[in-house]
Amino acid sequence: MRLDQRLIANMIEPGTRVLDIGSGDGLLIDHLFRHRGCDARGIELNMKLVTRSVAHGLPVVHGDADHDLAHYPDHAFDYVVLQRTLQAVARPREVLRQMLRIGRYAIVSFPNFGHWQLRLKLLLSGRMPMTAVWHTAWYDTPNIHPCTIRDFLALCAEEGYSVEQWMAVDEEGERAPWRRSIRLANLFGEQALFLLRRRDD
Amino acid sequence: MSSTTPLEIGHHRHIHFQEGLELDCGVTLAPIDLAYCTYGTLSERGDNAILICHAFTGDQYVAESHPLTGKSGWWERMVGPGKPIDTDRFFVICSNVLGGCMGSTGPRSLRRNAEGVEEPWGTDFPPITIRDMVRAQYKLVHALGVQRLFAVVGGSMGGMQVLEWTVTYPHMMLAAMPIATAPYHSAQNIAFNEVGRQAIIADPDWRGGRYWQADVVPARGLAVARMMAHITYLSEEALTRKFGRRTRRGPVSGPGPEGPVSLFSDIFEVESYLRYQGSSFVRRFDANSYLSITRAMDWFDIAADHDGELTAAFARTPVRFCVVSFSSDWLFPTSAARALVRALNQAAANVSFVEIDTDKGHDAFLLDEPDFDRTVRGFLCGVAEHAGLV
Repeated sequence: MRLDQRLIANMIEPGTRVLDIGSGDGLLIDHLFRHRGCDARGIELNMKLVTRSVAHGLPVVHGDADHDLAHYPDHAFDYVVLQRTLQAVARPREVLRQMLRIGRYAIVSFPNFGHWQLRLKLLLSGRMPMTAVWHTAWYDTPNIHPCTIRDFLALCAEEGYSVEQWMAVDEEGERAPWRRSIRLANLFGEQALFLLRRRDD
Repeated sequence: MSSTTPLEIGHHRHIHFQEGLELDCGVTLAPIDLAYCTYGTLSERGDNAILICHAFTGDQYVAESHPLTGKSGWWERMVGPGKPIDTDRFFVICSNVLGGCMGSTGPRSLRRNAEGVEEPWGTDFPPITIRDMVRAQYKLVHALGVQRLFAVVGGSMGGMQVLEWTVTYPHMMLAAMPIATAPYHSAQNIAFNEVGRQAIIADPDWRGGRYWQADVVPARGLAVARMMAHITYLSEEALTRKFGRRTRRGPVSGPGPEGPVSLFSDIFEVESYLRYQGSSFVRRFDANSYLSITRAMDWFDIAADHDGELTAAFARTPVRFCVVSFSSDWLFPTSAARALVRALNQAAANVSFVEIDTDKGHDAFLLDEPDFDRTVRGFLCGVAEHAGLV
């Protein structure tokens, strides 16, 4: 399991119901079931990974964030997790709404487009920046909705989500030292990780 | 009241329920018999039983040679010691469905008619439903001492029975594997069934369903029904791969004197294959059973029994589901499985869903598909682990 998946697992109370959107190889839901006694389920788009997960006894369905969340009832889960995928969905705002309709909490991670290397490369070369994190060319990238940490916070404010926890994380998933200042995190954090809650609760 | 007796054909057994069963149509069918096979051993706590529901023309011979055809069991590659459905670990039960013709009460069973004479039910056999089949299975499972089924597993019409189990006896089972199936029978599938039925009824040897009186069977009609249905179990890719446009020399007696010999002197291999499928089927299947069971499938619609709401049927279900579809299955396509999964998600059910990539069509669930085997094995292990039965 990646380090940021451990950080996510630590955000989740034991014994809760969890939906992991884009559950991949199922490591997170497997960990949540085995070590935290959670009722953890997954949705995954890649059928090979779905089959592998189900063959490991994990409850995973084939589906995707844009189309399949609408079919879940309100408050069905305590936590809904979306790892490193928000920038690749067709309608990120709608996906977040669905997550916080289905779950009491949403845990969202995404690569931060505000990182200083991206800013500098765009400024100096005048071309779409390419880094270790953002490594596909503009015409090939699945990341159609990149955002910065501050962009994301603005959306949360607009939508009325309460930010319970946030942290900047580097590419390996190690927690970055920028805990207090959002501006510094937005400049130096490669990945961002948020725990959101519906305001009306 | 029930009694079990060993029986002559194969090693299947009979269970007799003197009190019978009240059917959905309102008729009480009494007594009823169910023919069944079991494999493995029931645990002391009665919690390791898996019920396998067979498909339309299947039977109870899941994992042993068929007494009439001599062929190996229809799911022998899936069920047995060390197999995905492991009989070293699980107690596996499979019964011939109510309305069937391999020993369970059906149109071929004898009854006393109005004049007190013993004769087969024929088309007087009361209309049965998938739920009637499931209620009969429940009686069997209960009589065998099973406290709660570990899982109910089945493909095609077997999958319909699995779904019916989950809504009729949700607390009698831990897990369900509906495979290559749908929550209702589609218009297209009803249409195919109707063509099959009409082929049987149009055969002069059907004789209004009383063919036993003349000691004949409507073999041509039943064979045509089987040939047509068999096409729906395959896929264009599978037919092309197996037969292409290859031809072979046709039977000498081919067309008869009225047609030019050249018209049928060479036949396509796919024709020859279908003819073989048709002729071997009539030796093991009863035409009136064909009519009864296809009708039961046509009426199957889980949502209809719950005010048209599929989600309501599964509300608060405690059952763990694993829905499986096959990419080239056009009889029970993935879209039907997906509709089922969405309803289950809406009901907040615990559901897994995989579509196995294959070109073998609907029949893929009976054939060699390693991903499917892994899915069955893994899902059952996962259920055991979650239930603390490891």
